[in-house]
Amino acid sequence: MHYLFEPGFFSSSPVRVAFAIGAVSAIVSAIVGVFTVMRGQSFAGHALSDVATTGGSGAFFFNLSPLVGFLGAGVLGAGAMEAVGVQRLRGRDVATGIVLGFATGLAALFLYLDTTKSATTGVSQQILFGSIFTLDPSTIPLVVVMSVITLGVLAVIFRPLLLSSISPDLAAARGISVRVIGLLFMLALAVAVGLSSIAVGSLLSTALLIGPAATALRLTRNLRSALIVAGALGVAATWVGIILAYDSFYWFTSSQGLPVSFFIVALIFLGYLLSGLPAVRRRTSSPTAAAPTHSLERVAG
Amino acid sequence: MSDAPVLEVDHVSVSFGGRTILDEVSFDVQRGEFTGLIGSNGVGKTTLLRAILGLQRLASGEIRVEGEALSRHNHRLGYVPQKVVLDVDIPMRARDFVALGLDAQRFGFSRRTTAQRDRVDEILRDVDAERFADSRVGSLSGGEQQRVLIAHALVGEPSLLLLDEPLANLDPKSVQEIVSLLHRVANDHDVAVLLSAHEMNALLPVMDRIVYVTNGRAASGTTDEVVQSDVLSALYGHHVDVLKLHGRVLVIAEPGQDDAEIPQHPTLTVN
Repeated sequence: MHYLFEPGFFSSSPVRVAFAIGAVSAIVSAIVGVFTVMRGQSFAGHALSDVATTGGSGAFFFNLSPLVGFLGAGVLGAGAMEAVGVQRLRGRDVATGIVLGFATGLAALFLYLDTTKSATTGVSQQILFGSIFTLDPSTIPLVVVMSVITLGVLAVIFRPLLLSSISPDLAAARGISVRVIGLLFMLALAVAVGLSSIAVGSLLSTALLIGPAATALRLTRNLRSALIVAGALGVAATWVGIILAYDSFYWFTSSQGLPVSFFIVALIFLGYLLSGLPAVRRRTSSPTAAAPTHSLERVAG
Repeated sequence: MSDAPVLEVDHVSVSFGGRTILDEVSFDVQRGEFTGLIGSNGVGKTTLLRAILGLQRLASGEIRVEGEALSRHNHRLGYVPQKVVLDVDIPMRARDFVALGLDAQRFGFSRRTTAQRDRVDEILRDVDAERFADSRVGSLSGGEQQRVLIAHALVGEPSLLLLDEPLANLDPKSVQEIVSLLHRVANDHDVAVLLSAHEMNALLPVMDRIVYVTNGRAASGTTDEVVQSDVLSALYGHHVDVLKLHGRVLVIAEPGQDDAEIPQHPTLTVN
């Protein structure tokens, strides 16, 4: 890896844009991801990534920035899932599944049209698996503005969101509007998926959303550390992934680099596996940790 | 402090899609009293508790807390819902979850004051949860989680604590512990308790009053007044016998009657 910091690496514009957008989207994804895991809405996150695919491929067809498509479709999809879904968990799953099926069908249509239009299969690769080195620097302001709004909304609804994620019954009894909070969170989730879609592609955005969050939840005991660790892991995976992908141009004689998304997702996966090692887990488990049989026993009634 | 009862349930009826769940239910809970809301599963105990919390529309009647009509969030009420399982993925220590009981409905962030931290410590001590105060809530046993939920409900200094089937799914030892804990905490903090259960025997030593619900109707009074053959027969609409044995109560339907509605009995054990 002696090529790594060759002259020009940090002054290269695509690299700097990739670092900036990668970091911002990794942070938003990780923070939203912590709540997504707590709320058991990973499936909704995945469904939104399918909806984002529709938006991204549709935007390409209409000569718009894929980011606009990712975000627009995600927000519409999130609204639709909340509107169709009743409060009950099962109902929400069904609603999510129905929106997902239709969105994927539309994505198939748009990707077909895009391929025919541009006479290249590159667009499918770009939408589904990302191409962080080809991002236009002009997308940075939109990425930053959407991130600031999303994190701002989460900061404002922090405590009600936390309680309604733990128990909707407890939240409702305190006069918290669980549905409004749920809708706001779904919109934040849509933005996070949209942002990570431009970084690693819509198909892999779930990895950036769930991976760092799930790893952080294994390693920490309180929420603040979970959020910080998740954000740090997301940024680390993204940056190291970018460096490795850049470096991989020199790995083979054919001078063909490997995709960034692969490295980012592989690093996230590796981190998750390492966090599950008994030696790591023992340090964060509680002093009185009982066998987890109580959850079964309590559900049984 | 007003002289009105902590809770007045005044001819309350609730119906879902034309089906009457609660029919003209009336009872009061006085300051500091321990009241058991007893009835089989599905008789409307949860609906009644939700109505008291302002989460259930009433077809008729009125509910007052300390003499005032219900509002959306009443800080005089503490609540422990049915079947809350604190998930292993929740990145919170027991003390963080209890502290959330102070101000979870507020927007934005705020730093905990020393007074708030002391309050959390005090309440954790009161429910014997100090030992696991710094453990993640998801790693706790059912009985331990129940204590943390009770502390979460109590930390805001309510005057009435509503608990929905807090004893279901606990082992007999934990049931005893939670019942005596609630009794002690209610006395120490001058909090009235309204606790729903499908089985009354564990509560007999601590109950000041009982509200016995069946078929959408309720009878209330002291245990001796209510748990009697004629009162319960009138409530069920058919004859039931009440047997008192070794400080335990059995409610038995006549042979041939459908006794599915009668609260299940404990297996008789020699104490």
